[in-house]
Amino acid sequence: MSGELVLSLSHVYSGYQDGGGLFGKRERQEVLHDVTFDVRHGEILGLVGESGTGKSTLAKTILGMVKPDRGTVTHYTKRPQMIFQDPYSSLNPFYSVEWTLEEPLRVYGKYGRAERKRRVREMLDRVELPEECLGAKPSELSGGQRQRVSIAAALIRRPKFLIADEPVSALDVTIQAQILDLLRSLRRELDLSYLFISHDLNVVYQLCDRVLVMKRGRIVEQGTVDEIFDHPKEAYTKQLLAAAE
Amino acid sequence: MKRRNGFLTAGLLLTCVLAALILLSFFWTPYDPNAMAAGPKFDPPSLAHWMGTDNFGRDIFSRVLKGAGATASIALATLAIGAVCGCLTGALTGYFGGPVDEILMRLNDALTAFPSILLALVVISVLEPGKKINVILALGLVFIPSFARVTRTAFASLRDVNYIKSARLMGASGARILAVHMLPNILPVLLPALTIGFNNAVLAEASMSFLGIGVTPPDASLGYMLSEAQGMLFAAPWYAGGTGLIIVWMVFGAGLLGEGLRRRDKEVL
Repeated sequence: MSGELVLSLSHVYSGYQDGGGLFGKRERQEVLHDVTFDVRHGEILGLVGESGTGKSTLAKTILGMVKPDRGTVTHYTKRPQMIFQDPYSSLNPFYSVEWTLEEPLRVYGKYGRAERKRRVREMLDRVELPEECLGAKPSELSGGQRQRVSIAAALIRRPKFLIADEPVSALDVTIQAQILDLLRSLRRELDLSYLFISHDLNVVYQLCDRVLVMKRGRIVEQGTVDEIFDHPKEAYTKQLLAAAE
Repeated sequence: MKRRNGFLTAGLLLTCVLAALILLSFFWTPYDPNAMAAGPKFDPPSLAHWMGTDNFGRDIFSRVLKGAGATASIALATLAIGAVCGCLTGALTGYFGGPVDEILMRLNDALTAFPSILLALVVISVLEPGKKINVILALGLVFIPSFARVTRTAFASLRDVNYIKSARLMGASGARILAVHMLPNILPVLLPALTIGFNNAVLAEASMSFLGIGVTPPDASLGYMLSEAQGMLFAAPWYAGGTGLIIVWMVFGAGLLGEGLRRRDKEVL
């Protein structure tokens, strides 16, 4: 793993507008405070913390869905993609798997029909789904299959950086392990880096190279998995680890 | 398990048969609908004249079919204006929100505040009564708010769903997200609203023509014929009866169709 960066955040403060209409008073909810970290090329960076601590706001800020109030977000790769926790709402129920996988390429607009179909089949193969799935609607797939389709759709334009927001926490334990394996092998094959958001420390321990610990919108500790899990420095990290025992 | 959907079947059957009759009437009717003395005056329903004849001896069945064609086409055109503008408003306000939402929806509220028939009356008097196109415009305007409201809620509920977020992330344009990613998923809301809207449009057109500000001769719509029939309610009750029957048929068919669609989509969910 080289030291190249795919993303760096520097002193980012971010939040969202609350309420407000034409006449309503808007209130800014500050969620992230002075967040600074890098994602290095080829690594899986875990982001842990209790729910409501700003993990999703951080993801949105990185993706540009929320503008930071201060600080800078620098991308060193093209448009990052995201996979979501709930595999039931992350696929458009009206369309077939094939349509869903082809759509990012259609939007991109640089490939002809035949080339799109070829890429869809190749990606389907990479996420280890049978070709019969192409004609299926999301409602006909299992949770694990849906998550594979989401991963394929996110990766079909070959991004180099992927944000995964609790991608396995809605799945059975056996399916979890399969999806984690898939994410691991895709990283190798497609030269990816991940920001892996999770509240499940066991999953983070299995998958990640480095970990960020977040508490109330601040990064309280960061380090390699071994550092964080074996020699936590912050009281909050110790508390999280104790709770996961 | 697929359950039989009686509403859908019955609605489709009624609507299709009527639609076929109306289509046929554009090319062929048993008698010329405007020909005087196609039969004796005030002839009660018989095999030769299924719905009898009126005071000029015109064949009522032929006239009713022509009238149904006029009413249905006005209702469909009205619906098209209402649904397209309403959907557009609903999509813009529901998806983008913010000040556009506030302004458009307050305008919408203002339109809703008037009783719809009254509003249509005002619009049509301003435009120039008696012209088909003006009836369509006036009624279309009246139908916008209800569609806007229904679709706005549907679009807004999809705005933060993950697959829509994904579509934004992949760089799909706002128009593409609205038309390709969202619209098919609001069909379960839109289709029943369309059938209800069609019924309301049929009835609204009939009322306006009945009041004499809708379609005027030589074009005859069901509402105009109903007002004609009123004058000979005792001499030729079959005139009002036949016209009313077709209106009920049209509205009942579309109503069943809407209910059937609603139930089908409920089963899917």
